[in-house]
Amino acid sequence: MPLIPDIVIESLPRLLSGTWVTIQITALSVSIGLCLAVPVALMRVAKNRMISVPSYVFCFYFRGTPLLVQIFLIYYGSGQFVGFLETVGLWQFFKQAYFCAVLTLTLNTAAYTAEILRGAIEAVPWGEIEASRACGMSTPLMYRRIVLPKAFRLAWPAYTNEVVFLLQATSLVSIITVMDLTGVTRVISARSFAFYELFIAAALIYLALVYSILFIFRRIEHRLTGHLQAARNLPGRLA
Amino acid sequence: MPGFLDLQGYGTLLSDGAKLTVVVGLCSMAISIVLGLLGAWGKLARSAPANFIAGTYTTVVRGVPELVLILLVYYGAPTLVQDISAAAGADVYIDLNPFLAGVCTIGFIYGAFSTEVFRGAFLAVDKGQIEAARSVGMGRVLCFRRILLPQMWRFALPGLGNVWMVLIKATALISIIQLPELMRNSDIAARATRLPFTCYFLASLIYLAITIVSLIGQQQMEKWANKGVRKA
Repeated sequence: MPLIPDIVIESLPRLLSGTWVTIQITALSVSIGLCLAVPVALMRVAKNRMISVPSYVFCFYFRGTPLLVQIFLIYYGSGQFVGFLETVGLWQFFKQAYFCAVLTLTLNTAAYTAEILRGAIEAVPWGEIEASRACGMSTPLMYRRIVLPKAFRLAWPAYTNEVVFLLQATSLVSIITVMDLTGVTRVISARSFAFYELFIAAALIYLALVYSILFIFRRIEHRLTGHLQAARNLPGRLA
Repeated sequence: MPGFLDLQGYGTLLSDGAKLTVVVGLCSMAISIVLGLLGAWGKLARSAPANFIAGTYTTVVRGVPELVLILLVYYGAPTLVQDISAAAGADVYIDLNPFLAGVCTIGFIYGAFSTEVFRGAFLAVDKGQIEAARSVGMGRVLCFRRILLPQMWRFALPGLGNVWMVLIKATALISIIQLPELMRNSDIAARATRLPFTCYFLASLIYLAITIVSLIGQQQMEKWANKGVRKA
């Protein structure tokens, strides 16, 4: 048996096009999800319960239920409200599997990211907040200049994990007929009966994607915490 | 009852599914704990092959989506066995039971996560405890059984709780290989009643309830495990 089975080489172009879809879905949901997560996290730390409770419920629901249920809820569940969605003009979006997939993944990652950010915002040292207050900063300015930058730095390692989990979670969109890497692999393997060859190939592609994300995010982390690294490597520094 | 809440008698299907989901979850958790202990031993052992095997196990499993691994085991393993036996001249045909395939795969995947939890927990046990055990003449195995294992749980519980939360949600993926657990049954109910939103939303609430019960259980277990620890 050759090292790489022929069927894998033959279907490599299609596997790679599936990989591209996987990367697209991941990038879309990560970026939109992050934009959504910041306001959700800010709502979560608000002192007003009318603001913090909805955000808490959103996070708890999306973190406490399986992603597969959420995907089915949005993709198949929207079918129960066709009439309503048609009158609002949203049905053209909800009937597309791709749209539903990205929407669900975005909401899901927004909930997880908001939780990570909340932890980070609460971990910002109190002295820094006092200092910015002493300089006369207003709350929005303080969040923009002091709290959020610090929180992002603190949250980065956990956020890296979340992005890796999201990349793996995109494999679920194949169940609602989106042709991502897993979807393409399922179709080709069902036709050719080369199940383990193709799924091992897909697994290796996922591994490569995961470790490239880890590599890129570590580099960014290195840049984000540049000021700490310098201090760490300083010879004979005071403790 | 309003129309959108009428399950037309499919409610029992959901509760049966929920029971199977919990059973699947518990069985996979048991496997993942056993694999996690073995993996942690492999990672901490002073043997290069054991380190390598445990390291590869956690690296590979944590880098591949659960769904791909489940499909690989369920569809790939029988064809692999067939191909190997055909090459050896025999004609073997195996048909995997979805329950067994699902539980083993989920257990295998989360074993990698438990490995990291147990590794951290073993390292968190005070070094002086091990030195004391060795000094009174305990062998390595006895020291592991009497000193390390009982004390390690206290550090492992929070991490294991997290693994359990993720694991119980991952069991929904086994519905893909037709095991009639909660997700699969709500799928059947959704198709039959033509109320997909209602059925999936109910299913999601059941998952949420399982999560809440697990959170409470985890708190109780941590309280029990930490009762010997003096709080500052």
